[in-house]
Amino acid sequence: MGDRLVHHGEATKKAARPRLAVFKFASCDGCQLSILNLEEDLLALGQALDIAYFPEASSDMKPGPYDIGLVEGSITTAEDAHRILSIRRQTKVLITIGACATAGGIQALRNWADVEAFKQVVYPSPEYIQSLSTSTPISEHVQVDFELWGCPIDKGQLLRVITDLIAGIQPRLPADSVCLECKRRGNVCVLVAKGMPCLGPVTRIGCGAICPGMGRDCYGCFGPSEGARKGPGLPPNTASLAKHFHGGLQLIPIEIMRRFRGINGYGSSFLAESNAWEKKT
Amino acid sequence: MATRPTTQFGTERTGICIMSIASEMRGILPTANLQRLLDALSAKGYRIIGPTAHDGSVVWETVRSVSDLPIGWRDQQEPGRYRLEQTASQEVFGVVHGPQSLKPFVFAPREPLLQIERTKDGFAPRQMIPQLEKVAVIGARACDLAGLTVQDRIFLNDAYRDPYYAARREGLFVIAVNCVRALSTCFCASMETGPRAKTGFDLALTEVDDRLLIEAGSEAGFDLLSDLSLSPAPQKLLDEAATRVDACGHSQVRRLERSRLPQALYDAHEHPRWDDVAGCCLACTNCTMVCPTCFCHAAEETPDLDHQQTAHVRLWDSCFTQEHGYIHGKNIRPTIKDRYRMWLTHKLASWIDQFGMSGCVGCGRCITWCPVGIDLTEELSALLVPASRSSVTSQQVEGP
Repeated sequence: MGDRLVHHGEATKKAARPRLAVFKFASCDGCQLSILNLEEDLLALGQALDIAYFPEASSDMKPGPYDIGLVEGSITTAEDAHRILSIRRQTKVLITIGACATAGGIQALRNWADVEAFKQVVYPSPEYIQSLSTSTPISEHVQVDFELWGCPIDKGQLLRVITDLIAGIQPRLPADSVCLECKRRGNVCVLVAKGMPCLGPVTRIGCGAICPGMGRDCYGCFGPSEGARKGPGLPPNTASLAKHFHGGLQLIPIEIMRRFRGINGYGSSFLAESNAWEKKT
Repeated sequence: MATRPTTQFGTERTGICIMSIASEMRGILPTANLQRLLDALSAKGYRIIGPTAHDGSVVWETVRSVSDLPIGWRDQQEPGRYRLEQTASQEVFGVVHGPQSLKPFVFAPREPLLQIERTKDGFAPRQMIPQLEKVAVIGARACDLAGLTVQDRIFLNDAYRDPYYAARREGLFVIAVNCVRALSTCFCASMETGPRAKTGFDLALTEVDDRLLIEAGSEAGFDLLSDLSLSPAPQKLLDEAATRVDACGHSQVRRLERSRLPQALYDAHEHPRWDDVAGCCLACTNCTMVCPTCFCHAAEETPDLDHQQTAHVRLWDSCFTQEHGYIHGKNIRPTIKDRYRMWLTHKLASWIDQFGMSGCVGCGRCITWCPVGIDLTEELSALLVPASRSSVTSQQVEGP
């Protein structure tokens, strides 16, 4: 992000506010609701940005181009695969929000299954369903500028990214493990003290370590810590953690496979780890 | 210690006179009367913090009554595993330690350093020095005190005195507990930091069955002891306490081979063992977070959306993160191997060159709280054996 979206000082008063658009693909709308859940900050957001296109919030939908485009959901239909190309052309900074847009979401479980069989079982008239056999992240279709992980995203993180973009600086999206935040908060490690198969050590920071803070094991909803498609670093050492789940915590291979094949199962290093354990089941 | 540190290291006692009246520096308090000590601290305006059983371990929390302490509980620790067990005893200090050392009290995990407002001509920063709070921590161990000494060396060093740390440190009153039971992960004896608290405490307790031997280590501690007007400690009890603490030291099964440090670790820079441990290490930062001496931190801005104000916040960081190794345009520690080697070499070797002391105090927390149970004493032993590729052990992850 070299160029500023808006300039500060006297000039700002006359400058147009950056135009924000929020798009939806295959998803549950939870990440869009995180925006609406900003509550008092939502007013400030509305002042700092021109919320031009956000069908979840308003029927006043203005045409592009847009300065910031937030994309929720994964690509699961031919129509969507076409629509994202058009959105990319109209959007200056494209940001995926959430596990679906960033890694394919829970619906990417279909990538290991027979979608035709699902249709036959679920729908009385399956011939009306037009769907791709895969659920894929936005980055497999167009260039993505920033990725916000999480199911749902952390609204504070979204606000910080927008704040940085408005200031014209590179948004900081840490790729550290959840453990760092967990220990900063003074939580007791659920893996060490309770023997729970916590994915925190290989999962990306950003949620505030909510689950371990409530005595639950992290299930990786923020995706692999480092070495994702976007962003720096090497993939986390999922192999060592999986080996400990097996040898130390006595999980059987199919349990380990399912541990990694969840909300972010199609996310690079989790995908490789679950595939490796599938071979052992 | 509540007394303001007077030297660079912040551990010297200020009350020299108390040394000459040794008999009055100690007393006996029946464990059943421990509440008297807590009440005396409260009367002096201290908020009391002690270990409390939580989520399968102990964490520091404000305590008002002795019943808030983990009476009858014991901790069992081994690499990558921590369990609390209830015993039939009425031991108050049966739990040796949890994941937290004294570090969070002085070096806060997250704290605003500056509050910055935009002004007409630029910006105006305001320093956010914490208000002085009198905090008495009961239940610190000798290793924790040693860790505090190391942190004092870093944060109170004359030229680089950290005012945030100093403000928290000044209000701290430490009641140490001498260890009479070693965990399988303890190796303070080999680091000569425990199990007896030697320095850096205001009061030290030794729990001998149903009695507590209390010793003062500072003027403030001596004052508090005087207020309690305890019965003098009989020689037999002093001997018994000493015997039990000594036995605790002798019972430790782990030790750190430090006679050839720091040079031996520098010589092991290309040792194949680094590859083996990197195969196991998650780079999750847990070892550095629980370490009483690790002091790495990051700073971040938290501006409001309208860019009129921001807090400049300091937060715990770790040499195991990707960003920590990033300098302009390049990451100098991209792999887990680079990061583990950096951590262990700094902790056990270059720390000595840098600060004149070891960065390890032998508390064993990094062993217990490593999710996959990497043991630094074992790693060091392996690294001190001359390198040969055949030394690859079961540590290596073969993959599924």
